[in-house]
Amino acid sequence: MRNPQLNAAGGLQHLLTIEGLPREILNEILDTAAPFTEVAEREVKKLPLLRGKSVFNLFFENSTRTRTTFEIAAKRLSADVINLNIGTSSASKGETLLDTVDNLCAMQADMFVVRHASSGAPFLIARHLAAMGYDHIHVINAGDGRHAHPTQGLLDMYTIRHYKRDFTRLSVAIVGDVLHSRVARSQIQALKTLGVPDLRVIGPKTLIPADAEGLGVRVFHDMRAGLKEVDVVMMLRLQNERMQGALLPSPQEFFKYYGLTADKLACARPDAIVMHPGPMNRGVEIDSAVADGPHAVILPQVTFGIAVRMAVMSMLAGG
Amino acid sequence: MPLPDAERLCAALAESLRGELAADAALVGIHTGGVWVAERLHAALGLKTPLGRLDISFYRDDFNRSGLHARLKSSEIPFEVTDRAIVIVDDVLYTGRTIRAAMNEIFDYGRPSRIDLAVLVDRGGRELPIQPRWCAHAMSLAPEQNLQLEQGADGRLELRLAHA
Repeated sequence: MRNPQLNAAGGLQHLLTIEGLPREILNEILDTAAPFTEVAEREVKKLPLLRGKSVFNLFFENSTRTRTTFEIAAKRLSADVINLNIGTSSASKGETLLDTVDNLCAMQADMFVVRHASSGAPFLIARHLAAMGYDHIHVINAGDGRHAHPTQGLLDMYTIRHYKRDFTRLSVAIVGDVLHSRVARSQIQALKTLGVPDLRVIGPKTLIPADAEGLGVRVFHDMRAGLKEVDVVMMLRLQNERMQGALLPSPQEFFKYYGLTADKLACARPDAIVMHPGPMNRGVEIDSAVADGPHAVILPQVTFGIAVRMAVMSMLAGG
Repeated sequence: MPLPDAERLCAALAESLRGELAADAALVGIHTGGVWVAERLHAALGLKTPLGRLDISFYRDDFNRSGLHARLKSSEIPFEVTDRAIVIVDDVLYTGRTIRAAMNEIFDYGRPSRIDLAVLVDRGGRELPIQPRWCAHAMSLAPEQNLQLEQGADGRLELRLAHA
């Protein structure tokens, strides 16, 4: 079966997950993103590529940063952007997801940026569009359940390539709640596809998937051992809702064992970079001294994220 | 048909610009061939303003038909555009659509005092009201003919004619 993200010519039709995308397409996205970073330096921060196109941000789950960066990316490409706050609209009146999509198609949508608490929702929309023959409408997954967050994974790859150049010589550690993290899943798939030879995950047993080693990663429960000589530290956000269950004793105890402090970071290489997808819980997964310190590239990640999303939208819209 | 020598055309183009440019004028080459030509003009004329480079892919009028091309380059305009005299430099002038895109892009950096156009070869076939102020060689080619500037391993520029 053909990868549902690719069109008949092997180009990107939708961006739903990094899983199954060949290295050439990942590299093409990263290469395409580079010239978009320069647009932010201009007096007029706008390109005409999506002029006349309508991009619908369909956020069934709250997000400020991701929605904002998608909105900025689309606006810098001259698209019309419509933000739908689904929590307060039709879904709460009982309309189904696909009925919402059909209505927006009738309003001449060209692209959907979808975030949904249910894994697979963007796939459902993409399959529905194909069944309806709407080949000109594209879907970007902005995070679905525990499944995938491909643009976050790609902007992380852009950031790593920017600072470290060559993926094939890197040691990378992903730290925190890997089990519930769609960001971690997308990061692992991207890092494996791009040829990172030493990929580690670090966290308590309760927050690491049981089959983690089957993903081709090394599992560490001792953070200092896991960070030894790594080039890149990718912190994950500890979601507050995990605290309610039996998975974690307390934020303080998590910080003691898995919070990134300057002391633990000293185990990594001296030129290691520290990344975080945001929003950060200071004092839970990361210490302020590290978050604001010389190794952190957390704010450049945000800036690169706009360029990467502009590149993805342009590649989809250009066919 | 014998093609003129590209290096000699570059030298001739530089001579026709000499003495014609404002002291703070800036050259902007269009990737890829136009940048090669602009680099030669910039050196020959000893201009003080650093060279600008444009990749006009983001401004093409056929994006909806052909999408983005691989291997995009970054545009670099390392000078203040507003109130400056700018000379767009390209290798081969054909429909004029590339120059239209380049002018649109330049205006996103500021409001230049004027824009002129210098090209190595004008091959005819214009589809927009655009004419070069300086042109080293004019010729007439059929639509299926494709004239390209290439750079050899030794760095020498050479014109090549291909049939589409």
